[in-house]
Amino acid sequence: MSEEMEGGTVKKFLYVNRKAPYGTIYALESLEVVLIGAAFEQDVSLAFIDDGVYELMKGQNTKGIDMKNFSPTYRALEGYDVEKLYVEKESLDARGLAEADLIVPVKVISAREMTDLMAESEVVLSF
Amino acid sequence: MLHTVNKTPYERNSFDSCLAHARKGDAVLLIEDGVYAAMKGTAPAKKLEQAAKAVAIYVLQPDVEARGIAGRIMDGVKLVDYAGFVDLAAEHPTVQAWL
Amino acid sequence: MKFAILVNEGPYTHQAVDTAYQFTKAALEKGHEIFRVFFYHDGVNNGTRLMVPPQDDRNIQKRWSELGEKHKLDLVVCIAAAQRRGLLDENEAKRQGKDGNNIAPGFRISGLGQLIEAGIQADRLVTFGD
Repeated sequence: MSEEMEGGTVKKFLYVNRKAPYGTIYALESLEVVLIGAAFEQDVSLAFIDDGVYELMKGQNTKGIDMKNFSPTYRALEGYDVEKLYVEKESLDARGLAEADLIVPVKVISAREMTDLMAESEVVLSF
Repeated sequence: MLHTVNKTPYERNSFDSCLAHARKGDAVLLIEDGVYAAMKGTAPAKKLEQAAKAVAIYVLQPDVEARGIAGRIMDGVKLVDYAGFVDLAAEHPTVQAWL
Repeated sequence: MKFAILVNEGPYTHQAVDTAYQFTKAALEKGHEIFRVFFYHDGVNNGTRLMVPPQDDRNIQKRWSELGEKHKLDLVVCIAAAQRRGLLDENEAKRQGKDGNNIAPGFRISGLGQLIEAGIQADRLVTFGD
């Protein structure tokens, strides 16, 4: 690790989640990046847009598909100091979902606010 | 911000979602199957026309040519090659891929 | 300018890999620096030396290895994604008790931290995926 990093280069990282869990691996492997990335003490935000909001659904039970249910991990993010979770209202609305359906406390924001959040970010990671 | 879209608007919502999140001064680059969105006389082309009032629209020329639609690209979008893609990425402070 | 490249897809199935390669090549030709190319998800399969495409087709692994050698590129395959998908270097093969390794010349296997570091160190991170 370079001195510059130890000296604390802090960038605004935004993880953009736009895919549903289980059907493809992207949601899970994106979460793995977030967990590893937490050690780098960057300014991290997570955005859930489009089908990405399905990642946060309460009541996921994967026994029948023999895959790991990783939804509880979103609740553990707080312990990694990853606390800024933003969910787009329009995406929830379009899918008949509300904040109460989500497994973890989030900030629900409009598409316009999401646009601003993206614009303010310095590194955008999308999978 | 530079946005890239690589899927047709008929297959996925990445094109629509991208346009909904592009701000004034941003650029949208259509690559791979994304280039079909810029075909003249289509519904996505109309959306691009609207978006072009605030956002610069580009298409990746090698992808356009590969798909046989070089003569059918709508007016108002600019063609770039891979070097032009690099320039766009360098000109904008962040690059967001709408996958 | 310093670019980092993220490749999320495997070879031949998705054009994302080809676009990533063409972008990387064009950036180098323009005199930019490529800080790192990071292969994630099925992207790790770009780094298997066992691929044998038909002779009249591009060899995606070889193309990366050659570009890597020419420009001293840091081609990094994510270890977690690689283990899931059966991509191993000599050390990993030994450690996991496997009878062979398949990583291509010029590629190295390392952790996801390398992706985060690339995001911090590079001026731009450009992602290619599905």
